[in-house]
Amino acid sequence: MVAVLIPSQLTAYTDGATRVQAQGATVDGVLDDLDRRFPGLKFRIIDEQARVRRHVRIFIGQQETRDVARPIGADDELMIFGALSGG
Amino acid sequence: MTQPVQLLVGTRKGAWIYAADADRSGWTVKGPIFLGHIVHHLVSDPREPGVLLMSASTGHLGPTIYRSEDGGETWTEAARPPAFPKAEDPQKARSVSYSFWLEPGHAAEPGVWWAGTSPPALFESRDGGRTWSGVEGFNGHPMYEAWAPAEWGTPDGPLLNQIVVDPRDAAHMYIATSTGGVFETADRGATWRPLNQNVEANFMPDPYPEFGQDAHYIALAPTNPDRLWQQNHCGIYRLDRPGERWERIGRNMPKEIGDIGFTIVPHPRDAATAWVFPMDGTEVWPRVSPGGRPAVYRTSDAGASWERQDRGFPPEQGWFTVKRQAFCADVGEPAGLYLGTTGGELWMSGDEGESWRQIAAHLPEIYSLSVAAR
Repeated sequence: MVAVLIPSQLTAYTDGATRVQAQGATVDGVLDDLDRRFPGLKFRIIDEQARVRRHVRIFIGQQETRDVARPIGADDELMIFGALSGG
Repeated sequence: MTQPVQLLVGTRKGAWIYAADADRSGWTVKGPIFLGHIVHHLVSDPREPGVLLMSASTGHLGPTIYRSEDGGETWTEAARPPAFPKAEDPQKARSVSYSFWLEPGHAAEPGVWWAGTSPPALFESRDGGRTWSGVEGFNGHPMYEAWAPAEWGTPDGPLLNQIVVDPRDAAHMYIATSTGGVFETADRGATWRPLNQNVEANFMPDPYPEFGQDAHYIALAPTNPDRLWQQNHCGIYRLDRPGERWERIGRNMPKEIGDIGFTIVPHPRDAATAWVFPMDGTEVWPRVSPGGRPAVYRTSDAGASWERQDRGFPPEQGWFTVKRQAFCADVGEPAGLYLGTTGGELWMSGDEGESWRQIAAHLPEIYSLSVAAR
């Protein structure tokens, strides 16, 4: 299971949880698992062309990625942030 | 003579619902709804009392659609919001930035809704807004790249900004875009053709092209669906079908005011009457009330002449901007008119534009305004 940090912008989907566990071997797989449990969450952060949305940042540990095919290990932590979207 | 009304207000930071009894004198407010969300459009379903659809996104999160069945008390997110198909060619990979316009389908097609998006594309829902599919007759048209170039657009992106359904024929529709002008279908979206004859595009090498115009707003006269009104980037127009050639009725506006604006509102019963809210389209395009003196202009003779209506508005230093979704009418007798400014003010007239009063201030930037019967 991968630990996932949920940003405040998405806690409406997770019943307020800021940290959840999910399954998957890639970023995309983890987000698919989250979307099954919290319907609609994935499309708010990943567009229909599998691109991370402009004002969303995703980290695996300390490494940022914008590639949803990036592999992720069972001990990794996936962190999702909303960042710099203006006033 | 009039019915109780609700004003559905979409702003850059959430939605509000204002309600008044039949005399339209005192207003109560409900909201904020979805505070902090960008509410592009909030619309009621005339076929299903209590049903509202809301197009929303946030600064961080992608676009979605919410549906309420209890007048805005509770909301359910669409299971499949408007989205393009996954593209094989990355050069053609489009993603919906947001849904700009939501249009209830024909009265004989309950549950059908249409959405116009940025970048310009048309989507349909057949289940009351819960799931959406692209209309390939437009989005996949061989001319699509020319009609809806992704790199052109308003500061908020290129738009498919209106969908108009002929009340006599669900298969007959018009759409307006900021990139290609007006298009028409007679087969419920399977095929489309431009409808822009004699509409200026003064930012193009050929100022009267077949397509490429910036149609800010189009509307049918409710009691004469053969009459189309258009507020274009380049003037005010009227088209009487089956005619093909728009007439620039804005030429009859006072020269010092001009005929630039974002929107045009037809009278609910009188097909010869409509209102515009002119803005300054000179030099660098301030897009505020000309001279800082807000006014609507009314025609009662199908555009042959225009009358200024400004009583109640600030007589000076009133730099209003009213966006293309933020001016509307109710069906009262006399008709009520409502407009929302980018400065967060709501104004109304209960006497068909003769006089105006402010009914709310200090809201966030108003993006859209629509009327619902209570």
